[in-house]
Amino acid sequence: MSAVAMTVNGKPVTGDVDPRTLLVQFLREHLRLTGTHVGCDTSQCGACVVHVNGKAVKSCTVFAWQLEGADVLTIEGLAEPNGPLHPMQEAFRENHGLQCGYCTPGMIMSAIDIVNRKGNELDEKTIRHELEGNICRCTGYHNIVKAIAAGAKTMGGGGSAGQQAAE
Amino acid sequence: MYEFKYHRPTTVRQAAGLLARQEEAKLLAGGHTLIPTMKLRLAGPKHIIDMSKIEGLSGIEAGARSVTIGAMTRHNDVATSPAVQEAIPALASLASQIGDPAVRHVGTIGGSIANNDPNADYPAACLGLGAIIITNKRRIAADEFFKGLFETSLEPDEIITKVQFPKVNKAAYIKFHNPASRYALVGVFVSKRGSEIRVAVTGAGGNGVFRVNSFEEALKKRFGPKSLEGMTIPADGMGSDIHGSAEYRAHLVGVLARRAVAAAVA
Repeated sequence: MSAVAMTVNGKPVTGDVDPRTLLVQFLREHLRLTGTHVGCDTSQCGACVVHVNGKAVKSCTVFAWQLEGADVLTIEGLAEPNGPLHPMQEAFRENHGLQCGYCTPGMIMSAIDIVNRKGNELDEKTIRHELEGNICRCTGYHNIVKAIAAGAKTMGGGGSAGQQAAE
Repeated sequence: MYEFKYHRPTTVRQAAGLLARQEEAKLLAGGHTLIPTMKLRLAGPKHIIDMSKIEGLSGIEAGARSVTIGAMTRHNDVATSPAVQEAIPALASLASQIGDPAVRHVGTIGGSIANNDPNADYPAACLGLGAIIITNKRRIAADEFFKGLFETSLEPDEIITKVQFPKVNKAAYIKFHNPASRYALVGVFVSKRGSEIRVAVTGAGGNGVFRVNSFEEALKKRFGPKSLEGMTIPADGMGSDIHGSAEYRAHLVGVLARRAVAAAVA
C-alpha cells in the first residue's frame, strides 16, 4: 500500500492505496468523485481528463502516488454545489453540447485547458484541432465546438452562451 | 496490472543504482507508453523508478550552435519554447504534433527516445538533425543510438539525461497521422546543415527509424523538392499492418519527403 496526500478541488485529501491505483480510480473509487469517467483502455478517449497543477492530464494514465503534493481539479470542482455553473458548463448546456454525457466532463476540462492556453477567441479550426485527445460517439462534435467557442468568450467576459446558440 | 514496488530517487546516480540492482525494473518518465502497456498486461515490471523527483533533468538551453533539452522536459514545453521555436522551429513543430494536448503535458523527450517506438516522432528528429544523446555514462550520436524495434544502444543501467540538437540551416517535419492514435503512420524529418543533408523516416520502417541515403544524395545536388521528383523507396523492409501496407508506407515516404523539403525551403 502507498500513502498519498494531494489537494483535490481545493481540499487536502489523503489515501492509502495499492501502488497500481490510477489517479482516475483514486478519484472515483476512493474519493467518490465519479464525474471523471473511464472510457477506453488506450489513453485515447479523454473521458478521464482532469487538471493537475493547472494542466489537462489524462487521469487514467498516471498513478495516484505520482500526484503527491499536487493540486488536482475535477469537473466537480468547477462550481459550488447549488451554485451557478462554470461558464464552460453553462455553454455546454445552452448549446446542447452533449447527448449521453459520457465524454462531457472530459470535454469541459479539456475546453477550459484550451482557453488557458489559447485564449478566449477560439475559431472552429483551432477547437477541432485541440480536441484531438477527446472522442465523442454521440454528437458528431458540432455542438461541442459551438459550446467551447461560446464558453471561451464568456470566460473572457464577453458574449453570452445564449446568443451563440441562436447563431 | 501486475504488482510492483515504486521508488522515487532524487539523483540520477540513485536511479542508475536501482536499475542495476533490481530485477525487472523500469524507469518512469511521462509514463504515457509504460502505463498503458502495464494496463494491458503487456509489461509487468516489478520495480518502477520514478524520474520526476530528480532535479536538473528538465529544461531547455539554447547555445550558439545547438539546443539542449533535458530528458524529463515535457513535449508541450518543447513545442511552446521560444528558444526552440527560434533555433530549430521544425523541432518545436514536431513536439507539437505528438499525441494530443493532455499527453503533451506529461510525455517526455527522454522517455520517447529511450523507448524507440517505431511510430514515435522524436527518433525522426534525432536522426534527422544528427542529435547527440547524453546519458549518465556517455555521449551517443543519433546514428549509433537507434538499433531496431524498441531497441537502443543504452546499457541496462544507463539513463538519458539530455539531448543536444545542432542548429541547422533548413529543416522540416511532415507527419501523416494515424487518425485515431495520432501516432506517425509515416513521418519524415529533413535537414540541411551546410553540405550535410539528412532525411529520417519514422513509422514506415519495419525496424524503426531510418535514413534514406538515396534521397540524401539527390538533395546534396540541390536541396529542393524537385530533386526528389519520381524518387521512391522499395517496399522491402517497410512495416505492414491494418493501418497500411508496406507498399503504401513506401509510397508515403516519397510523398512526405517531397513535402518536407518544400516546407524546409519555403
